[in-house]
Parts: sequence; structure tokens; C-alpha cells
Amino acid sequence: MNNMPDIPRFHGNSNWQAIAAELMEPGHMGCPGCGASLSMRHALKVLGPKTIVVMPACCWAIIAGGQPTTALDVPLLHTPFAVAAAVAGGVRQALAAQGENETTVLTWAGDGGTFDIGLQGISGAAERQEDIIYVCYDNEAYMNTGIQQSSATPPGAWTTTTPTGKDFRYAKKDILAIIKAHNPAYLASATIAYPDDFYAKFEKAKTARGFRFLHVLAACPSGWKIASQDALKVTRMAVDSGVFPLVEMAADGNLVQTVKPAKRIPVADYLKAQGRFSKITAEEIEIWQENVDKVWMTPEKINQKNG
Amino acid sequence: MQQEAILLGSEAVAHGVRLCRPEVISAYPITPQTHIIETLSEMVDDGELTSRFIKVESEMSAIAAVLGAVSAGSRSFTASSSQGLAMMHELLHWYAGARLPLVLVNANRALGAPWNIWSDQSDSFSQRDTGWLQIYCETSQEALDTIIIAYRASELLMLPIMVMIDGFILSHTMERLLVPDQEMVDDFLPPYQAPYKLDPDKPLTFGAAAQPDLFYELKKTMSATMLEAGPLLKECERSFAAIFDRAYEPVIHCPEGDEKADTALICCGATTGTAREAVKRLRQENIAIDLFKMRLLRPFPQTELIAALEGKKRIIILNRALSYGVGGTLSQELRAALYNLDRRPVINDVIISLGGREVFPETIMDIVKRRKELSPTASNWL
Repeated sequence: MNNMPDIPRFHGNSNWQAIAAELMEPGHMGCPGCGASLSMRHALKVLGPKTIVVMPACCWAIIAGGQPTTALDVPLLHTPFAVAAAVAGGVRQALAAQGENETTVLTWAGDGGTFDIGLQGISGAAERQEDIIYVCYDNEAYMNTGIQQSSATPPGAWTTTTPTGKDFRYAKKDILAIIKAHNPAYLASATIAYPDDFYAKFEKAKTARGFRFLHVLAACPSGWKIASQDALKVTRMAVDSGVFPLVEMAADGNLVQTVKPAKRIPVADYLKAQGRFSKITAEEIEIWQENVDKVWMTPEKINQKNG
Repeated sequence: MQQEAILLGSEAVAHGVRLCRPEVISAYPITPQTHIIETLSEMVDDGELTSRFIKVESEMSAIAAVLGAVSAGSRSFTASSSQGLAMMHELLHWYAGARLPLVLVNANRALGAPWNIWSDQSDSFSQRDTGWLQIYCETSQEALDTIIIAYRASELLMLPIMVMIDGFILSHTMERLLVPDQEMVDDFLPPYQAPYKLDPDKPLTFGAAAQPDLFYELKKTMSATMLEAGPLLKECERSFAAIFDRAYEPVIHCPEGDEKADTALICCGATTGTAREAVKRLRQENIAIDLFKMRLLRPFPQTELIAALEGKKRIIILNRALSYGVGGTLSQELRAALYNLDRRPVINDVIISLGGREVFPETIMDIVKRRKELSPTASNWL
């Protein structure tokens, strides 16, 4: 079913018509405007029905539905918080032992399960080159438990455990650099606000073999304090301001930029569009802008930043 | 055919595992479990065993990897000990709740602080509420055999089984034993056929949130299965005995003991061997003592225990695990099991060893000789 009109088209050069059926059902438990829900829907369109999803505690553990319902038309294994990467590795190894090498094993985890509690297991799975795709949908806090800060929460952001904003001494953990240090088979950042790029990257991840990692920025309207209808717009601003560059690892191991936004916007515009940054000071915005400027849009600079 | 061999306890475990043909093994090294996974690694590298061995970065990932593998339909194996088993704790609950089969071998070792690598049973006793069956072995032969029995029982019950060997006392000690050949084991243990698994052709969701009413019902079912597990395990042990000529029961009466004695010693694990010697020597001194071994801890073999201890006036329980502020953990289990008897025996809770403190036959003989001085309520320390 080519049911795509609700996706904003910014580039007009998509091959969406070729994309297969829906594998995510309506009636899921996601909030209106949830970037994580939209990301799953489109990821599965690329990955197809021969996919097994492994999922730790995260928003999606609820979005998928409680027993006896499910929103996914592919197998789904829920796991404890810290172990989704290891479980996925075990699933893939068992399939291989049974002679089954076609099915994609997809770990689908939030930023808490990736940047924080699951990091050790991800490092292990990456080192072993487990033949899985690991997707971190990053909504930049523990949204499922009620918006507590994680190590993916950007400085200045309000959460329920950073009521005056996350301290500017603490940077958002650079997850791409961490995974890149493990020499993964494929590595990229993506967001469904840039769907052509998103599709292309999931396609590449699907065909690569070994440990593959996608860092997907996923807006959370309630946690970011934005209107649900603005979720994609704000996510796009993250890319257009340079806060969330869209990159992938090239054959030579360097990160290269895959989307160069037509028009660069100030970081302030991105921050001011969100209630969670309402207490950020002009000075802090300036610091942020300077940091983004340092890596802005040149592959050389991105690689300096990412080691 | 069964081949005679002289093996370390850990090697005996590895051979037991090899004979069960797991498709996936995942483990993280910890003393005194290491020889098990070293031997298995050699078997895999030599091609003697066709398994995928996932060498993970922690025990939590070890149990997680086999959780994934068994969910995908493959028989799997892991082994741990002490701090490692404690690190698995969250996943042990999850694993049993997921109703998946597995055999995990735990080399019993103390938990810190302070650091201690020697044997006691506090690691596995601490996991008795996780929904796993627990079987404690006295010898390496028993360990090898129990692994084979446990895979069969586990896959029939869809519940995981923890098989215990004492660290060092069994794991690092040579023993003469019989290793069955593959054909015999294949006859006893058919390949694992998962009733449900991760299969894109038949997509199912596993482990999704259950509302309170459903959750309660699922746990009620699991508890009922656990109660059926005792008789089913006995059946597996009987059919094992018919093929392999070695018999096991949940509560084992040791022939060294005097059945007519009104005092019985209760042991668990390799201490039983020492107790056998102590009871023999006591008999030479005209002190009559009976002796039982608790092989099964979960499900707790209450019926068998009550039958075994009929007529006994005093039970001396040799504990190697402690619940602080209550007493020996095994003693608490027996106290609960015997509470409803009309004529309850005196129970002497003895903390015989922790952290590998040596138990000699004389240690046990001395306790028996002082039995009338032992407290019937408080824990008795050496």
C-alpha cells in the first residue's frame, strides 16, 4: 500500500512509490506528533516483513501496545532495559545456527536505553560485530517515565529532573563518536523530517552486514513542549540549524554529511521554538551557536569533532 | 555405551553440555566457572561441538544473549557464579517469566564484600524466588547427568533450570566417572521444538505489558507449572535411570546413614560427601545418625521431605547460605515445610561453612556429638 501523503516532502525526488506495505498498524499507543512512532513506521517500510524487532524498556515498549494487542506485523521481543543489544545478538546467532541468514534483526531503543543503561551491551555487540541494526530513536530524555534527563538531554533543556534546565557544563553525549570508535559496518544519523535521507540510510543499513547503528532524532511534543503538529517542523530545524547534522560513515571510515540544508538557520530559532528551552539565557544560546559553528557543515569539521 | 573417564568437575559439566547439543552458548568468565567455558570453547574450536559461542562483555549480556537465542528457537547454555549470577538477577526473573527453557550451571561461590572466591551457596540461594528450578549436585557424575535430565525437564515445562556444582570442591577436582555416548543422549533428549518463537512468517509479540488481572493469572499459571515440575522432574529422572543406570531423586537418603536413628543430618551439595564419611565414623563410635541430601530446592520437595523424615525427632541442617537476621536459608526452607506436621522435630540450624571455610568429617562429627547443646531456635555457629 503506497499510503504516503501525510509525510512532508521536501526534496521531491523520493522513490517512495517502490516502498512496500505498512507493517505498523493504526491504533498504537503513541502520542500525537510522536517522532518515534513515525520513525518506526517508515523504518519497517524499508526493512520489510522479514524483520524481528528487539526492544528494551522505552516509549515504544508502550507504543507497541499491551497484551493482547500489538501494533507491529513483525515479531517483537520485549527485553529488560539494559540488554536489548545482547538479546538481539543472541537472536541473530540463533537464526544463523538454524541456517537462516535473510531476516533482519532490529534493536529499537530510546536514548536512555542507548546512551545510558544499555551502553555497555551496545559496546559489546558492536565489538563482536553482531549482525544487527541498532536504532536509537533519541527524544533526548526519559520520556516514558515522565521526562527525566538522560545523557542525551542537551544542555539548557528543561526536564522534570532538571527543572531549571540541564547544566551547561554537561554536554550531550556524542553517541556517533562512541559507536564510530567500534568500527561499525554502518553508521549514520537520520530523522524522518528528512525522509529521502532516512529511507536511503535504512536501505544501506539493511544491505550491510555486521553491526549497524542509526541515531534517529525523534521529536517528543510533550517532552519538548511543542505543539504536536510542529514535531516535524522542529525536528527539521534541528538539522537546518546544525544542531543535529545528518551524516553517515563513508567507506574510508569518516563521517560525511548527507544533507546540506538549503538555508542555514540560527540555533536560537530552533531553541526558541521549544518550551523546554524557555529558561535558556542569551549567553547560553551564544555558547551553543559557537559550538555548532565549529562543526558547521564541513565534512572535515564533522570529522574533527567525531574523532 | 558409556566411557569411563577421569575429569575435572568443570570438564564433566562441559561434556554434559556438549552431549545436549546447544546451538548457542553465551558466557562471561568468573572463577570458579572458567574451566567450564574454556572447555566448551575448545570443543567449539575443535569442531567437537557445533555451537555458536557468544563471548559477551558481562553476565547480564550472557543471560540476555541466550534469552534472545532461545526466543528464536535454539537450545542454549550459559554458566556463571557468585557476583556474576547476582548480576543476572533481573534477567533471571525475566527469563522464567518469559517461560523459556534453559540450563544454567552455577559454580557455587560466596558473594562479597569482602572478596572471596571459595564455595558457599549464598549466590544461588539468593535466586530461589526467581522462578527457576534449582538442583544441587554432590558429584561431577551427578552434574553431568543432571544437565542432560535438566534440558529434558526444562523443555517440557518451559521453565529454566539452574544446576549447581560447588566451586573448587567439584569444579576443580578430578573424579572418575562415566560419559555416555551421543547416541544414548540423543535417544533421551530430542531436539528442542519451540512451541512459539520469533518467526517473521508467524509474527508474534513476546513480553508486552500485561494489565494487573492478566499478570496475576499468568503468575498463577507459572506457579502451577512449578508445582507440576516436581513430579515431572522425577519422571525424567526415572527414564534417565532406565537408560543410563544412575538414579536421582529430589531428596536422597544416603546409605551411610542409619535409617532407624532419630536424628538426621541434612546437607546440600558437595558437603554431603564429607557428611557421609562423618556418619560412617560416628557409627563406629556407636552414634546412630541418619543422613539426607537435598538435591532439589525449587520446586521445594515438601512431600518427599516429610516422607523421608518421618519419625525423626531431631534434624540438624548444615547450612552454607545465610539470610541475615533469620538464619541458615536451608533451615528456613525446612522449617516452613515441616510446620504442619503434628509432631514436629527439633530443628538445629547450623551455619557449617561460608566463603569456603573447610568442613572436615570431624567438624560434622563434633556437631553431632554436641547436638543436645545446640540451640533449637537460634543459629548455631562453629
